[in-house]
Amino acid sequence: MVGLVIVSHSAKVAQGVVDIASEMAGDELKIVAAGGLADGAIGTDAVRISEAILEADTGEGVVVLADLGSAILSTDMALELLDEELKKRVRIADAPIVEGAVGAAICASTGADIDEIVEEAEASRELHKL
Amino acid sequence: MSDNRFVDAIQAVTDAINENKDFLTDLDREIGDGDHGANMARGFNAVIEKLTQSPPADLQSGLKTVAMTLISTVGGASGPLYGTAFLRSSKAAENRAEVDAQLAEQLLRTAIDGIESRGGAVPGDKTMIDALEPAYTAFSECLNNGGDLLTCLEASCKAAAAGVEYTKTIAARKGRASYLGDRSIGHQDPGATSATVILRAFTEYFRNAEKA
Repeated sequence: MVGLVIVSHSAKVAQGVVDIASEMAGDELKIVAAGGLADGAIGTDAVRISEAILEADTGEGVVVLADLGSAILSTDMALELLDEELKKRVRIADAPIVEGAVGAAICASTGADIDEIVEEAEASRELHKL
Repeated sequence: MSDNRFVDAIQAVTDAINENKDFLTDLDREIGDGDHGANMARGFNAVIEKLTQSPPADLQSGLKTVAMTLISTVGGASGPLYGTAFLRSSKAAENRAEVDAQLAEQLLRTAIDGIESRGGAVPGDKTMIDALEPAYTAFSECLNNGGDLLTCLEASCKAAAAGVEYTKTIAARKGRASYLGDRSIGHQDPGATSATVILRAFTEYFRNAEKA
């Protein structure tokens, strides 16, 4: 099953998104939070993100959801720290993190492949709430 | 460059960053999210702590330690950007013990290429690249004209400072400041400023090391 990593400048936000998305998903799905810095400050940490990706991968790859700006830079940096084989099966979804994570989690729980999950996550960009 | 000298050079950079912390934050408050000074200080203070705890075996591992520490402690975009700069330049430093003018040129080039590939900025976007590319050009020209390391570093600092002045005249096209568009005109870029602070710190370190 493809795993998910939630990257946010805030540890609380990342964990909160993991909590919400986990409610929608089965127990098999690995969703890992990678938010904030080690001392609890706001920011993103490429080392933490790379470790989260390692944890979320069970062989079929990982989809990453990230909040803003430097979260993407840090995730790109994290990918550079991984070995080539793992790097090839990691994708970043261009999606809002809460809505994208929920869509991705439901989709991943069905055993979908990585492309479908990214598509599902990115479809959440078009979600209207009103 | 022996272990101690590398740590001393980084200490010089860290001191300069700390001295300029409030200034960098003020610049960033005007056109960014007001954390650049604090982020850079946190990052470099963590770097010094790490280097002091585990002195690097050589130049390459020292540069790599700087990179890995910055990417997990700076927090903002400068973390991955400067982190990539130091990581890429660490590869250029393989098996090298002394920083001579030729190596310095290579380190600077690989660092800048790293920042550009990580962040996608080009000259004119109002970023650290607007200080660093002119700095590299000046260094390189000086070297080709037979300048020594210190002379070339001084030339690069002058060019970097001019680059910082140039950033005042343009609108940001990258990062948080780009949300302000034309309202960012008139303000110097914090990233270009910190890059200049770092370059000047290395230059002063080499100047003092030569005297000793």
